[in-house]
Amino acid sequence: LRIMAGKVKWVTDIEKSVLINNFEKRGWIQVAENEDWNFYWMSVQTIRNVFSVETGYRLSDDQIVNHFPNHYELTRKDLMVKNIKRYRKELEKEGSPLAEKDENGKYIYLDFVPVTFMLPADYNLFVEEFRKNPSSTWIMKPCGKAQGKGIFLINKLSQIKKWSRDSKTSSFVTQSSKEAYVISLYINNPLLIGGKKFDLRLYVLVSTYRPLRCYMYKLGFCRFCTVKYTPSTSELDNMFVHLTNVAIQKHGDDYNHIHGGKWTVSNLRLYLESTRGKEVTNKLFDEIHWIIVQSLKAVAPVMNNDKHCFECYGYDIIIDDKLKPWLIEVNASPSLTSSTANDRILKYNLINDTLNIAVPNGEIPDCKWNKSPPKEVLGNYEVLYDEEMAQSDGPDRDLRSRSGQSSGVKGNRARDSGKPVLTTWK
Amino acid sequence: VSLHKPEIKLESLKEDIRDFLKTSGWEKKLQNAVYSELNVFPSPCHPAAPPEHMKEPLAYMRKAQGSWEKRILKSLNSMCTELGIPLAQKRPANEQKELLNKWNEMGTDEPDLSLFRPVYAPKDFLEVLMNLRNPNYENGEQPSFRNHLGLIQVPLKVKDIPELKENFSELGLNIGQLGIDDSAQVPPEFFENEHVRVGQKVLAEQDSAAAQQYVRQGCPTALRADLWALILNISNQPEDILYYEQLKSNVIQHDLLVDSLIYKDVKLTASNDDYYFVFEDYLYQVLLCFSRDTSVLEHFSYSSATPPKSYIRGKLGMEEYAVFYPPNGVIPFHGFSMYVAPLCFLYHEPSKLYQIFREMYVRFFFRLHSISSHPSGIVSLCLLFETLLQTHLPQLFYHLREIGAQPLRISFKWMVRAFSGYLATDQLLLLWDRILGYNSLEILAVLAAAVFAFRAVNLMEVTSLAAAEAVLADLSTLKVMPLLQIFLFATVT
Repeated sequence: LRIMAGKVKWVTDIEKSVLINNFEKRGWIQVAENEDWNFYWMSVQTIRNVFSVETGYRLSDDQIVNHFPNHYELTRKDLMVKNIKRYRKELEKEGSPLAEKDENGKYIYLDFVPVTFMLPADYNLFVEEFRKNPSSTWIMKPCGKAQGKGIFLINKLSQIKKWSRDSKTSSFVTQSSKEAYVISLYINNPLLIGGKKFDLRLYVLVSTYRPLRCYMYKLGFCRFCTVKYTPSTSELDNMFVHLTNVAIQKHGDDYNHIHGGKWTVSNLRLYLESTRGKEVTNKLFDEIHWIIVQSLKAVAPVMNNDKHCFECYGYDIIIDDKLKPWLIEVNASPSLTSSTANDRILKYNLINDTLNIAVPNGEIPDCKWNKSPPKEVLGNYEVLYDEEMAQSDGPDRDLRSRSGQSSGVKGNRARDSGKPVLTTWK
Repeated sequence: VSLHKPEIKLESLKEDIRDFLKTSGWEKKLQNAVYSELNVFPSPCHPAAPPEHMKEPLAYMRKAQGSWEKRILKSLNSMCTELGIPLAQKRPANEQKELLNKWNEMGTDEPDLSLFRPVYAPKDFLEVLMNLRNPNYENGEQPSFRNHLGLIQVPLKVKDIPELKENFSELGLNIGQLGIDDSAQVPPEFFENEHVRVGQKVLAEQDSAAAQQYVRQGCPTALRADLWALILNISNQPEDILYYEQLKSNVIQHDLLVDSLIYKDVKLTASNDDYYFVFEDYLYQVLLCFSRDTSVLEHFSYSSATPPKSYIRGKLGMEEYAVFYPPNGVIPFHGFSMYVAPLCFLYHEPSKLYQIFREMYVRFFFRLHSISSHPSGIVSLCLLFETLLQTHLPQLFYHLREIGAQPLRISFKWMVRAFSGYLATDQLLLLWDRILGYNSLEILAVLAAAVFAFRAVNLMEVTSLAAAEAVLADLSTLKVMPLLQIFLFATVT
C-alpha cells in the first residue's frame, strides 16, 4: 500500500459525476469520512458540522475542504446585505472616495445591491420605503433556501401582513433563522434580449480572504426565462416569468433540454457589443467585476480565513435596461447538476480548473502553501483580484486604476499575467 | 438647406444644384442607391434577349428549375388537400385580436404542428441537382480522374485557386484581417485599432462602396450593424417602418398555410439552437411578414425562379383569378429561418431587422435554393467545392467517394444555409462580412473545401458515410478566417 501513500484521498457527500470523474481522473482514492482523508468536497450541511464547536474537528495540514467555515456571511441573503451595508458605512466613516454619494444620497460606486430589508426585524423600515414608491414590486426570499424555493413577489403591503403581525405581538419570539425572509426591491426594468428576461451566473473561486485572492471563471452563462417577461401585475404569480433559476424553469412548458435556456457570456458580449457598442459593454463587464470584488472585500474582515479552505461561489447578477449590474445573491454550493450536455462539459471543466488551483499538481496538499498557483494552471479561470499583488504596487491602487485597460475581449491578456484586473472603475 | 434663395441665379443653377446635393448628403445617398442597384441587378444583356435570359441564360437550367417548382407546389397543394386547410383564409376577428396581443411572444404559442411537414429539405434539393444534365454536352467517357468525380455533372465555369486568390486578394497573408489579427496574442496597435478607426470614418462618410471594400477585412463588432446597413442601403426611414407595420397588419388579418410551415421550421431549428433560441419570437415577426411582402416579387426578374401561382377557389386556370402564393412567391423549406437568426445579434428593432433580412434574401440567399448557372448559385457553388477538393485533395476525395461518402453530401447543407447554425455566431458573422464585401457566395464553397482540408487526416481514416459525417458534425470550434487564408494562400498545391 506504499503505492497509494502518495495519492490524494478524497471524500464527498455530493454524488455528482462531474465531481467524481474529476477525482478519478487524477488517480485519487476514494475513502470514507471517518478515514484519513486529504480532500473533502462537502455540502454546506457537512461544513457546519466540521467546524462546529461541539464536534471539535481539527483539520490537519494535509486536509483541504471546499468551504469556508462561515461562508454564510456572504451566501445568506440577509447576512450578505448586512455585511455590505456595514462595509459601506466603514468606508464612509474613514472618508474613502469609494463611499462617495450622489445628490440623492445614493452611493455612486457601491450601490449594487437592490434595496433590501430583513423581515420581520426591519418591517417598519421596509414600510417606510415601500410607501415612498407604492407602485413598486418587491421580492420576498427565504434566507435559508436555494434554487428559487419559497420566493414570491408582492406589490401590496397586505401581502406580507403576516410578518407585520408577528413583529407586533408582545409575545414575539425570535424566529429561527430558517423562517427569516429578506425583501428586496424587484428589478422591474431588467435588460431584455429577444424580449426575454435573464440573469447571469458567474463562478468565482476564493483561495484566501486575507489577503484576498479570487479568480473568475471565464465561462459564465446567462439563464433565460422560458416565458416572455412582462412587468404587468397580473403576471406576478407566474414564477416562470420572473425567476430565472434553472430548477424552476426546468418545469415550465417551454423548457428545452438542448440548450436549457442558457447562453454563454461570450454570446452576451457579442450581442451587446453589436447592438450597444464596445464602450458600454466593456463598462458593464468592468462593473460586474467590481461588484464581485467589493462583495468579497465586504465580508473579508468577518470571514474565518481558515487555511484549509477554499470556496467556489455561484454569483447571480441581473443587468437592468440601463446596463447596470445588480448583485442578487451568492451561492456557496452552486448546482453541479447538469441540465444539458453543454452544461455537463462546463461543470466538469469548472471543477477540473478549480481543483488545479486548490490542490496544486493534484498531490497531497499542504495547507500552509502560499496559495499562489502559476498562471499555467488557471485553465478557464482568470485572476479577478490579488490583494497581495495590488498592495505591492502601491497602497492606493484602487483609486489610481481609474484609467486602466478595458476588459474587452482581450482583457484576458492583463489577467493572464497574474496581475489584478485593471478595470476602468469610472 | 434649400435652393429657394434669391441668390440662386439661372446661369449657375447647374453648379448650385450639384453643390446642394453634396452638402445636403443627397449626392452620397444617390451614389449609394445607384451602387446598390449595380450590385443587385445583372448587367444589361443583348437587347434582343427575352426576359427569361435575364433570369437564367441556359435553357436546360430554366427547365430544371421549372420542374422543381412544379414538384414543390404539388407537394404543398397535396399537404393542403390532405389536411383540409386552405392556402389562405381570413382570420376571424377574435383570433385577430388574440394574435395582436401575442405579437411579441408568438413563441409561447403551441399550435399543433404534428401534421405539417416541411415542403422539402436540402437533401431533396441535392437529389435534383445531382440529376442535372446539359443536353448539349456529351463527354461519352466513363468517370475517371480526367473527369469530374463529384455529384454535380454539369459543365459550368468555376474559378480555380489562382483566380480565387486574385478575387479574394484582401484575404492574403500579408493583409490584416479581423478573425485573425485581432486575436488575444496580437497587440491591437498592429492592425485592429487602425481598422476600427477606418471603419468609423467609412460610417461617417456614409459611403456604400467604401463600406463594401472595407468589410472584406472584417467588421469590428460594434460597427458591423451599421456597416451592413450601409452596404445594403437600408436606412429605416419612416416609410419603411410604415411598410413593415402594413405587413404586420396583413399577418393579423389573414392566415396563410405557409405560416404553419414557418412555425414548424422555427421550432425545429432555431428554437433548439444554442445561439438563436433567444430570438425565437423575432423570427416569427420577420418571417410571417416576409411571406406577405409583394415587393419581394421584384427579385424574380433576375432569379431563375418563378413565383408559384395559385387560383381563387373554383377558378383554376383563369388568369384574372391568379395570385402568387405565398404573396412574396417564396415557399420556405426546412432551415429557412436560419437565414434570419444570425441577424438578430445585430438588429433588435423589428422593422430594421426585417429590412436587412429582406435585402440579404433578394441579394444572396435566394441563389442558394434555386437552380441557375450564376456563379453564386448553389449549382456553381457545389461544383466549385467539388472541383477544389478533387484538384487539391485528390486522395481524400477519392477515398471518400470509395466509401460512399461523396463530400458534397456532407457539405451541401452547410452551403445551402450559408453555414448558419453550423458555425459559432461570431465566426459566422465574419464569414458573412466577406459575402457582403465581395458580393458573392463563392466564399461558402471555399470554406467548405477548407473545412475538409482541415479535417483531412481524420477523414482519411473513416470507412463509412456515417463516420465521415461524425468527423464533420461539429464545426462550432472552427475559426473561419485562418482556415480560408491557409486554404487559399498557404497550401502547397
